[in-house]
Amino acid sequence: MLHTVNKSPFEHKALETCLKFARQGSAVLLIEDGVYAAAKDTAVSKQVQEALKSVSIYALKPDVEARGMQDRVMDGVHLVDYGGFVDLVAEHNAVQSWL
Amino acid sequence: MTEENAGGVAKKFLYVNRRAPYGTIYALESLEVVLIGAAFEQDVSLAFLGDGVYQLTKGHDTKGLEVKNFSPTFRALEDYDVTKLYVEKEALEARGLREADLVVPVEVVSAERMAEIMEAQDVILSF
Repeated sequence: MLHTVNKSPFEHKALETCLKFARQGSAVLLIEDGVYAAAKDTAVSKQVQEALKSVSIYALKPDVEARGMQDRVMDGVHLVDYGGFVDLVAEHNAVQSWL
Repeated sequence: MTEENAGGVAKKFLYVNRRAPYGTIYALESLEVVLIGAAFEQDVSLAFLGDGVYQLTKGHDTKGLEVKNFSPTFRALEDYDVTKLYVEKEALEARGLREADLVVPVEVVSAERMAEIMEAQDVILSF
């Protein structure tokens, strides 16, 4: 399963709910304001680090760059471009969008 | 705290920004309205709460998104005599940000001080 999260983790519960239901081995792709969850040293970074032990986490590079986050992405989160987004969708049996 | 100007009385306008840029249109729209208010020689202040602080961070590069990067506009606000930018301290801290990470000089204030600033306004517009 591929999960996508497009909301900021500081203003919405989408990421928290996603991580609660994401099973071991699934992939989580952060897009739009969801990419703020990829930053290190924030109030939610510990939660994301913990999740990295059981799921793969990706962040969409154009969204990261638009927000000036390119130097803040935590270790373990993989950046993907639009082509990578398509690959992730193709690799997984289903996509769950946490809007 | 109103003062005379050519068109009459200048009111104290506070624009409250609570949204991250690019994910929604709020941040860009706020900036447009701020410039209009300033053009009418009103006494303009900006407040940045919660995810609103992300509007001010350095290094925005929107080429990949193909949307307008309005970040440089904040640096032009000074030319419109918009110099009162208040940023919530707790919001910066929760996001691992410091004043040095922002594109313009701001006053970092506590929630209590922010509440006082809000109390002192004639008009508050929320984005």
